[in-house]
Amino acid sequence: MIGKSLRKTAIALAAGAALLTAFAPGAARAEWAPTKAVTFIIPAGTGGGADQMARFIQGVIQKNNLLDKPVVVINKGGGAGAEGFIEMKGSAKDPHKIIITLSNLFTTPLGTGAPFSWKDMKPVAMLALDQFILWTNAEKNYADAKAYIDAVKAGADRQFKMGGTGSKQEDQIITAAIEKQTDGKKFTYVPYDGGGKVAVQLVGGHIDSSVNNPIEAVAQWRGKQLKPLCIFDSKRSTYTEKVTDDMAWSDIPTCTEAGLPVEYQMLRGIFTTAGATDEQVAFYVDLFKKVLATEDWKEFMKKGAFNQTFMSGPEFEKWLTDTEAKHKELMQGAGFLAAAQ
Amino acid sequence: MEEIGSLLGGFAVAISPYNIALMVVGIVLGVVIGVLPGLGGANGVAILLPLTFGMDPTSAIIMLTSIYWGALFGGAITAVLFNIPGEPWSVATTFDGHPMAQKGKADEALVGAFTSSFVGAIFAVILITFLAPVIAKFALRFGPAEFFAVQFLTFASFLGMGRGSPMKTLASMCLGFALASVGLDGVTGTLRLTFGHDELMNGFKFLVAVIGLFGIGEILSSMEEGLAFRGAAAKLKMDAVIRTWKQLPAMAVTFLRSCIVGCWMGITPGGATPASFMGYGLAKRFSKRGRHFGKGELEGVVAPETAAHAAGTAAMLPMLTLGIPGSPTAAVLLGGLLIWGLQPGPLLFVEQKEFVWGLIASMYMGNVVGLIIVLTCVPLFAAILRVPFSIIAPAIVVVCAIGAYTVNNAMFDVWMMLVFGVLGYLFTKLGYPLPPLVLALVLGDQAESSFRQAMLTSQGDVTVFWHNWLSGGIMTLGVALALWPLVSMLFGKKDDDALANPA
Repeated sequence: MIGKSLRKTAIALAAGAALLTAFAPGAARAEWAPTKAVTFIIPAGTGGGADQMARFIQGVIQKNNLLDKPVVVINKGGGAGAEGFIEMKGSAKDPHKIIITLSNLFTTPLGTGAPFSWKDMKPVAMLALDQFILWTNAEKNYADAKAYIDAVKAGADRQFKMGGTGSKQEDQIITAAIEKQTDGKKFTYVPYDGGGKVAVQLVGGHIDSSVNNPIEAVAQWRGKQLKPLCIFDSKRSTYTEKVTDDMAWSDIPTCTEAGLPVEYQMLRGIFTTAGATDEQVAFYVDLFKKVLATEDWKEFMKKGAFNQTFMSGPEFEKWLTDTEAKHKELMQGAGFLAAAQ
Repeated sequence: MEEIGSLLGGFAVAISPYNIALMVVGIVLGVVIGVLPGLGGANGVAILLPLTFGMDPTSAIIMLTSIYWGALFGGAITAVLFNIPGEPWSVATTFDGHPMAQKGKADEALVGAFTSSFVGAIFAVILITFLAPVIAKFALRFGPAEFFAVQFLTFASFLGMGRGSPMKTLASMCLGFALASVGLDGVTGTLRLTFGHDELMNGFKFLVAVIGLFGIGEILSSMEEGLAFRGAAAKLKMDAVIRTWKQLPAMAVTFLRSCIVGCWMGITPGGATPASFMGYGLAKRFSKRGRHFGKGELEGVVAPETAAHAAGTAAMLPMLTLGIPGSPTAAVLLGGLLIWGLQPGPLLFVEQKEFVWGLIASMYMGNVVGLIIVLTCVPLFAAILRVPFSIIAPAIVVVCAIGAYTVNNAMFDVWMMLVFGVLGYLFTKLGYPLPPLVLALVLGDQAESSFRQAMLTSQGDVTVFWHNWLSGGIMTLGVALALWPLVSMLFGKKDDDALANPA
């Protein structure tokens, strides 16, 4: 009995020491720590991809005691997310606010003329990139992306219906990019208010295709109702575990290799307010590194087939500058820019 | 009957002291959340979601769904007592629930509301138990045209309901549509009617408007009438439950109608709020006592409450089988399922049998436990009305303000609430009905996007609404209901003429 409990204590001590060493460098660098509750803003409604991720992060932080102060998650999705970003812009001096982003960081100011940009905040880190996949109804049984695009080319203009989330946002931008490869044949783009709804509308045959995120359509894929044609990334997914009976995420070809040269990914990143000092940013970078190191996070990434790219500092800022320019170009080409721009 | 075996297995999972304790905690929390306007079920579940990450999925969802049941029950309390709908789906409950309270029958209204909630929920759970796979497929048939048809039917079932002039009803509804169109337009992605003010980007939130129009408006009216609650003097009798239950069997048809409407709206997924309005509208149209609705009729409480609960419960079905949430709360629960490692969708019933049937069994138990808890508290709730107005009125205003603030965490909404309060007072004074405005505000933008989505897919062809028997049938029914007041007016006139001529 005594021997057993001693051994337990020893193991616990060893584990504690290991933890200490693991976090020591981080602890040394970030001397600032939050002095009150941290507000975590979601510039989107409840239930969507960003909301799921933010609430998941909150849970991981709580479960592993990564922060002394509580994390309060708030949805501020009004005006396609402008509400949340404008609040961040307006509280430049409060470093106790962080925000998770989706593509509306770029698309909302460009598309609606809402007065903000990522430069009104301080970038903390890129947590991951969310993928987009071209889905069709399994019953239609298109052999591959090329077969589907050929069908669009052969059909009447606007005959094929593409469903997506929101208007002038990522789904419609990808649709516009695909239309450059269809010999002038346009899709009829039908905007819905959520990715889950789009997937179900596709199963019901009310639309012909979608560019849902993996996590939004995986259930229908496994249920053999939807078929993934290609993934809008430069290389295939790294997840090789079988998702359906015979396919893994890595078995889905990239759109480029399927003959549809379009690439698009969505930022899942964290920003804090513009007035935050380097120390404060370093604290958050460390915090999220700890979140990313948990098993729970790795499981979450696998489930949603996320592209696990971590970036912070100048590298992240360069990525943001490039991606903003890319969005401007894509949206200009599609005529999605707000009149004021 | 394979389902019964599975269900018994589910009960075996759900009935453990730990799970029942979680259920009770969840329901009490839910009732509190439901009572506080603004802090709706979706927010409540979202706030408590992280607490459940450490639990096993079945216990976690039992606790969270219990919060949901509690909130569904709790929404009725403030609606009846103070004319403040704690939840959007309780708006229709105020129409007759509050007049009943003013007549001193608050306890009967509450018992009626709770009991019909229970009946609606149980009806929907039975449906889920036996028909889940069939119904799941049916929901897939709903495209934009079908959604618009259902929304049109809701408006139609509500038309011509006002006791006042039809023109005033129309004016009120149009104002509601105008308010609903403020903010971001989902179809074109551009801002509308914001006039450059960032605060308006979010649009007018339904709850802020409702708290102001009903809650603050009612306080203003009460102040004018001499700083007292009407009906406060009623004696508290402990037999309220039996007294009310005796009246209920006569309303069997209303119960059944509302159950069907509610399940339909929950599955399709139209949601609990339109279901409650449609349940009320249809009962007013077709019930023998429909003429008395709005003056404190028990049946006018039963109809919307039954429909709201049937819809709220049935909304779980598309969430589990298709992965589409039928309500905002279901959307948050959906996020929870993913975090617990469960994938909602067609395979959930196959791969996670124990979880699904445990959840369904907990739906039965949660509603039984919930009913017992809220019924025992009826005298307590009704006693609140005996607190002097001068003490409770400021408390109500504060709760309303907190509620309005919570919707978006914005002070702007509190000012908006006050403006809506004055508007609500003026509407009542001038004899404009509020319900059409509220209905247009809550369903206006949904109906607009469904209509425009349908127009996009058909490339501008209006006959899309009659392109199959489903949407065509619903639309035809809607048109018939919309024209009903006109027809009955003509026939009514004839009767009068017939009576007048011989004389």
